Amino acid sequence: MQPVGAVVPLKVDIAEKTFRSARGVSITALQDLSFEVRQGEFACLLGPSGCGKTTTLRILLGLDKDFSGSFQLPQGGSNRIAAVFQEPTLLPWRTVEQNVRLALPKSLRAKNLDRLFDTLGLAGMRSLYPAELSLGLARRAALARAFATEPAVLFLDEPFVSLDEQTAERLRHLLLTVWSARPTTALMVTHNLREALMLSDRIIVLAPRPTHVLGVFDVRLPRQHRNSQVMSDLLRSFHHRFPDVT
Amino acid sequence: MTALGTDGARDAPPTMSGRRNLATALMPALTVAVSLLGLCLLWNLAASVWPSRAFPGPGQVWQVLLREAASGDLFYHLGVTLGRVAAAYIVAMIIGSVIGVLLGSHRRVDRFFNPWVILFLNIPALVVIVLGYIWFGLNEVAAIGAVAVNKIPNVVVTMREGARALDPSYAEMATVYRFGRLERIRHILLPQLQPYLAAASRSGIALIWKIVLVVELLGRSNGVGFQIHLYFQLFDVAAILAYTLAFVAVMLVIELLLVQPVERHATRWRRRPA
Ligand SMILES: Nc1ncnc2c1ncn2[C@@H]1O[C@H](COP(=O)(O)OP(=O)(O)O)[C@@H](O)[C@H]1O
Ligand SMILES: [Mg+2]
Repeated sequence: MQPVGAVVPLKVDIAEKTFRSARGVSITALQDLSFEVRQGEFACLLGPSGCGKTTTLRILLGLDKDFSGSFQLPQGGSNRIAAVFQEPTLLPWRTVEQNVRLALPKSLRAKNLDRLFDTLGLAGMRSLYPAELSLGLARRAALARAFATEPAVLFLDEPFVSLDEQTAERLRHLLLTVWSARPTTALMVTHNLREALMLSDRIIVLAPRPTHVLGVFDVRLPRQHRNSQVMSDLLRSFHHRFPDVT
Repeated sequence: MTALGTDGARDAPPTMSGRRNLATALMPALTVAVSLLGLCLLWNLAASVWPSRAFPGPGQVWQVLLREAASGDLFYHLGVTLGRVAAAYIVAMIIGSVIGVLLGSHRRVDRFFNPWVILFLNIPALVVIVLGYIWFGLNEVAAIGAVAVNKIPNVVVTMREGARALDPSYAEMATVYRFGRLERIRHILLPQLQPYLAAASRSGIALIWKIVLVVELLGRSNGVGFQIHLYFQLFDVAAILAYTLAFVAVMLVIELLLVQPVERHATRWRRRPA
């Protein structure tokens, strides 16, 4: 038994996840996928497109219950979860601020969001509707929504894809800033190795379908020391351990 | 002189364009007024060419309208009919929406009940009204129920389309962030259904008020339909036209002052472009 008040990490043990198409063809997306994310750690699931990363997140978010196996979300403190989906998924008929507040539990509804909006550069856009935002700004609003809920665990599904590299880079730094202000157990899905090396404490490397874990790459260096020199060293040692992963 | 000239030139454009803006704003209303006036003139001309008790001119109809308004009858019967329209509309929209959304989101249920929907869509309004009065008596509940039953299948079909078009990603977002039941309905479901609700409302009101008149004619002792029936027996065409025009006017005013503003408010987020 866990001692009272102890925090359990995120534990995933999915035996199998199979999709059956209408024509009877079945695709096994996940097989024997198990990994752990420690308390307060920022982890990345790194794998090629179509290997089952989104599928894994959907299972962990409770959106897909048709799988065999089990998982355990961090307990203790707030047991809320938050997600930044592959698309921003803001309600088009609510303003940016309403979108953020609606995601909050009743007890936090009236909370002061000035700091968060300021940090994410959204201070002037709280009363805009999502259709008035660029994709980059909409992604920031989706980040604001996730962080505002003060979750016990945060899931991010390729939150920077289809942005130009400059915008994506700026958003990665913003993500680090808000995350560092309140380090939350986080699991981010990406197929971008450089992004994973820049953001995470550990990288869980996935094999192509049916997906399982190839190995885990820990990045112990504090993030502020990961300059371009260090990054190319990290890349080299990553490639040394996982020669087949690009 | 030069200074005055330039001043005048600088002042002129705003007033000019101001006047032009006012003119463009008034133009549609003006067109409608002229068009209706033209219709009245034509009507008047026709009535004087073929003078008959069965074909009164606009002047006569206006006289009757004033008489009925002065006695208070006009407003009483308009009010009664309007109340029935409102009640039948609300009942039909609520029941039709609930059934439509259920069918639209459960494919098997939909497959089973679809024949029922088609059957009900094709039952003539008159049959429902007559059966309603026979089964439930000549009372208000039967009258409003019969009108609602006539409208419900249309609402079901429209709202079923709406439910099929729901974007599941919003519902998933609501699940992750643990929206309450009412919040889901208010912030996720209704805004997505809004265009379908608006479509069902529009066609609904138009259909309902016409059926309400029939219901009143067949089994009520007040309302515009009852009055039309009464004046039909007295062969008083002027009174029939007076009641009809008054009611059409009321429905247009409701459309203009209620339906359109509500719709504009509900779609405010759509109109500002990115
Ligand atoms: N609803 C579904 N029905 C059938 N196959 C699916 C479904 N969702 C995903 N898949 C398949 O599962 C695999 C993994 O998909 P996904 O998790 O979206 O990959 P990614 O790693 O790019 O996020 C893909 O091959 C995809 O075709
Ligand atoms: Mg994906």
